[in-house]
Amino acid sequence: MRLDTCKTLPAMLLAFAIAAPVAAQETTPAMLAAAAKEGKVVWYTGVDVKVAEGVAKVFRATYPNIAIEVERSGSERVFQRINQEYQSNIKNVDVVNSSDASHFIFWKQQKWLAPHTPPDVQRFPAQFKDPEGYFAVWRATFSVMGYNTNLVPTANAPTGYADLLDPSWKGKLAKSHPSYSGTSLTGTFAISKALGWDYLEKLSKQGVQQLQSTTATPKSIASGERAVMVDGNEYNMFIEMDAKSPVKIIYAKEGTPFVTSPSAIFADAPHPNAARVLQNFLFTARVQQMMVNEGGLRSVHPDVKEPAGRTPISEIKALADDPVAMLPQITEIKKRYTAMFGN
Amino acid sequence: MEATLEHATRPRARSIDWTAPVSIAMALLLAVLVLLPMFWLLVTSLRDAAKAFTLDHYRHLFIDPAFIKPLVTTLWTSAAVGTICVITAAPMAWLVARTDLPGKRLMRTLILASFVTPPFLGAFAWVLLGGPNAGLLNKWYYALFDLKPFVDSSLINIFSAWGMVFVMALYTFPYVFTFVANSLDVIPSELEEASAILGAPAWRTAAHITLPLVVPALLAGFLVAFLQSMTLFGTPAILALPAGVDTMTTKIWSLFQFPPQLGLAAAASLPLLIITVVLLRAQTAIMGRRGYSVIGGKSSGTRLIRLGNWKIVALSLFVIVLGCSIVLPYGVLLRTAFVKNWSGPVIGNFSLEHWHFVFFEFSQTKSAFVNTFVLGVSAATAATILVTMIGYLGLRKLVWGHRYLAFLATAPVAIPGIVLAVGLFLSYTQPPLVLYGTLWIIFLAYLTKELPVGYQQIAASLKSVHPELEDASRIFGATRLRTLVDITAPLIRNGVIATWILVFIGSIRELSATILLFTARTKTISVTMFDLRESNDWGPIAVLSITMLVITFVMVAAISFFTDRRQI
Repeated sequence: MRLDTCKTLPAMLLAFAIAAPVAAQETTPAMLAAAAKEGKVVWYTGVDVKVAEGVAKVFRATYPNIAIEVERSGSERVFQRINQEYQSNIKNVDVVNSSDASHFIFWKQQKWLAPHTPPDVQRFPAQFKDPEGYFAVWRATFSVMGYNTNLVPTANAPTGYADLLDPSWKGKLAKSHPSYSGTSLTGTFAISKALGWDYLEKLSKQGVQQLQSTTATPKSIASGERAVMVDGNEYNMFIEMDAKSPVKIIYAKEGTPFVTSPSAIFADAPHPNAARVLQNFLFTARVQQMMVNEGGLRSVHPDVKEPAGRTPISEIKALADDPVAMLPQITEIKKRYTAMFGN
Repeated sequence: MEATLEHATRPRARSIDWTAPVSIAMALLLAVLVLLPMFWLLVTSLRDAAKAFTLDHYRHLFIDPAFIKPLVTTLWTSAAVGTICVITAAPMAWLVARTDLPGKRLMRTLILASFVTPPFLGAFAWVLLGGPNAGLLNKWYYALFDLKPFVDSSLINIFSAWGMVFVMALYTFPYVFTFVANSLDVIPSELEEASAILGAPAWRTAAHITLPLVVPALLAGFLVAFLQSMTLFGTPAILALPAGVDTMTTKIWSLFQFPPQLGLAAAASLPLLIITVVLLRAQTAIMGRRGYSVIGGKSSGTRLIRLGNWKIVALSLFVIVLGCSIVLPYGVLLRTAFVKNWSGPVIGNFSLEHWHFVFFEFSQTKSAFVNTFVLGVSAATAATILVTMIGYLGLRKLVWGHRYLAFLATAPVAIPGIVLAVGLFLSYTQPPLVLYGTLWIIFLAYLTKELPVGYQQIAASLKSVHPELEDASRIFGATRLRTLVDITAPLIRNGVIATWILVFIGSIRELSATILLFTARTKTISVTMFDLRESNDWGPIAVLSITMLVITFVMVAAISFFTDRRQI
């Protein structure tokens, strides 16, 4: 009898753990020891390379026994790489972040993700996390319009997407590519819903400088290469403005795409414990606040405070992302866009 | 020499002659290296998803404007590059070979420098110089003439098909220069002197005597320049894609985005392969009939034409070409590496932050350097061993079929890098040998791609060794292998070292094949730079460019240390 209790109790606990994967998994000393034994963690992310390396630096300082490898690329490129690697049976990635939320739906369907809920995520609003604990929104940003203040007087600046079709903007616009960037894909999809593909067709006739990343467009207008960007990361604009670059953000009157960017752990992660340590670390209030302060990102963490001088989320007319609707259309969106704007 | 002969006469143990087995092994190895990727390329291009025979990919290729346009762009831009190269490099070669132009040594050194500059570095630099609004040259132009960006048109718009042609030409003209200069070195100058003695002015001699004599070299140079431009990936990706212009190489690359359209990619590779083979055959035919029965060896003392007042015109040609290919790009890369914000002023903007970022914060730097060096060293070593053995077997005509060995070793010259990469990808992502995701597949690409360069270099060295020395060793009873090790190898040592370095340089700058074969764990420096370009991180790109140039120049200096032969 006694023996039975000894056997059943752990089994019951285990069953409970499986039935309720949303229970948070804290970074325990045992997990840390196992992670140190694994020695490293491989992090694929679509966030700006300097923001990514900044987070990695703090991680190294916090966990000196776990080396962190950062593989940064555009979110769509990250997605392609992981799929290509998995198809070739290469298991390299531990933790992934992408600004195309539909990727996580796809990976979850493929059963490639591991459920894991960092302690902080338990307190996140329900719309920013997967109910079964497979992923949660690690960062968010707006895909904003913007302009160079030396080249465009504020009075003449466009106020929304429709303005960009004016002939006076011909040759002055820069836009990132939905085949490369998850933010651009999410944003372009939102624009196509709000203004129609017809709008994008007309925009493509405006001599748009076709860049790849939504981190590239703010850099392009900051350097003065183009005067106005059609889409770009709000957080890169904040970084540029903090560095005193002559740029200003435009929150379009039609609405600004809000882009959430989740993070998840792969089920076949080569360093499963280190992956959990990193995932927990990424969602701590400290890291989230740092990304907001220094990286210009938006956070959905309840403890994070917005720095003064930034327009609060509540005051921005947002076009919400819709990953479920977007997922089946991704290939078509990219194809249509490439036919208009090139690769 | 005495020492070596004495060594060879020593009594030795009986040993087997390994010549035949080694040759067979070589042949098999080469066949796998070169033919397997081409086999899968062909098969894949003719198969549908269900692996049934189909011509759909080709049909698609020839009716879909999405493919016809890039093909047309590729053809006309490559022809434009070839033409520009001939128009600029031929006079330059003539001026260096036949006139009293001052500073010839410096000119040749700078032309060598643009020869070894990775073309994509030049493209990066020209974005910073020739971006229509923020590019430094355009900014100076606006400031100088009191113009306004966007309102007035820019001096240069590098983001265009013509911008791409311009930058390609800057790093391709050394091929034409070398062809023509070498050809002028061989053509005896007596004919030209006769013309001068008969009273023809210098321009007339040049036009009526010299020019016809170098026509084969010009044509060959044009073809090589054409092929170089056609197969580049970095330059069109950096300069033409932002303008929405695709070439065949960028198109093939885009077909590799997940899910890869392998059948189409394979079919799209074949036109590049066929054009290359045809043009190379044409080039061999043209160079083969070089000479017009010009009698006599290299003439003793060429009488140099005095340029007089034309010196200024001649020098300005060099200043413009070398300024655009070396001075300005290197300058802008240095500037960008040391300022915070590349489009800002230098004063008050100085910063080492990009160096700090690249070498202390950017976590890809270390693995990229390690991968690049591991690949460079192993490809160089393997290629050198391989071509030395093939060269030896071939030139000494030791085995039946040695010609096929030489043919296989030089065949990859006809395979554009990106086409080779498509073939390798198809061959090694499926059993029995899954190499994708490892450095091996990139190693195979580099080894295959560099075989022809290595072979040509080593064949030149081997030709200079008299077979008599080897025969003597054989008469004393040494085996082939022993003779090779004891007699031939020491004599061609410097040639071997030069071959190694040449392959090493070629490998560390490779982009067009690597771009399809790398994975997160197997990134090289070139691919890392390409990744940084997609987010416009110019500071770190400039730092990596400078580092790469320094490594390249150290290696080039090492080559000239080990070879006495004249440069390029």
